[in-house]
Amino acid sequence: MHVLPYLVAAYIFLAGCYGLATSRNLIHAVGCLAVCQSATYVLLLAVGYRDGATAPVFSDLKPGSRPVVDPVVQALTLTDIVVGATVTAMLLALVLQIAKRHGTVDPDELRELRG
Amino acid sequence: MSRRLRLWLLAVGGAGVTALLVAAGLDLPSFGGPSHPYGDRAVRASLARHTANTIASVNFDQRAYDTLGEMGILFAAVLGCVVLLRQARDEHRAEPEPAEVARPVRRYALIVLPVALVTGIYVVAHGQLSPGGGFQGGVVAATALHLLYLGADYRALERVRPIGLFEASDALAVCAYLVLGLTGVLAGTAFLANTLLPYGTFNTLASGGIVPLLNAAVGVEVASAVVVLLAGFLDQAVEIEEQQGS
Repeated sequence: MHVLPYLVAAYIFLAGCYGLATSRNLIHAVGCLAVCQSATYVLLLAVGYRDGATAPVFSDLKPGSRPVVDPVVQALTLTDIVVGATVTAMLLALVLQIAKRHGTVDPDELRELRG
Repeated sequence: MSRRLRLWLLAVGGAGVTALLVAAGLDLPSFGGPSHPYGDRAVRASLARHTANTIASVNFDQRAYDTLGEMGILFAAVLGCVVLLRQARDEHRAEPEPAEVARPVRRYALIVLPVALVTGIYVVAHGQLSPGGGFQGGVVAATALHLLYLGADYRALERVRPIGLFEASDALAVCAYLVLGLTGVLAGTAFLANTLLPYGTFNTLASGGIVPLLNAAVGVEVASAVVVLLAGFLDQAVEIEEQQGS
């Protein structure tokens, strides 16, 4: 199966979306968003993979002696992870404040706005 | 919206997205295929500039401008967390109690702490040579400091971690990245262009031109950012308490 990794990425993304939509707890929702985002890691790395290739690091590898996987998508994945971690931290900080001000982390109970 | 209706909406939308994703996946170049035009060019450019770790070359040379944006996101997120997790008017700070730590935990944490710290600095310094770099090494170094919280207690951690200093170094590291980019402009080339410094000998610490310097700036920024972020959350958990009877 040569499309399996792409389908895995799609599955992870949809699983995260399902979790987000049915979440009863904001911390759980933040975790689901992280799951959605990890689908992009799988997709990016799958796009960059090359059969029989190794890491694109030439400190102990003679250039040209072996094929290497695509470094561009690996760099994109690194960016992705950093942005994901910061977004998670930011959202958790928001959840913390919501829990303090409203006394609940259930999104269904956060209907009305309070000043 | 009722729960039932929401699930139905999710099912319809999910089915549509699944169909599109599967159609797109079937149309992508097959997994593990030999055609990677951008990757091949990135490897060639990286080798031409004597950077052994192609990913560092992509991040800090070929796409250094994007990394600036990424640093901006990190900086903004830290700023947002500091604002969100500040001490509110109806809260007060309680002095954390000294905690009893199991002897093996303390011993292990204090042995591993310097090792982890040096590992973090090593990973940052060798970013242009081996897997790793500023982002990864920064996180390792920042985590190392927090072993003190496990091995001793929160007050010990607070003593080695003056927050103001780390906030300042976070901002200074972002500025350093900008200034390094601007030196290219002042020297008559482009912003963040890697043409100023000699490329050095392949596979040595001083190779890659501007890459090690940008790497170091990112390492300092990430380490400070993680320390400040964790400090915000730990303060909430350990020190800040709601005012009684308010």
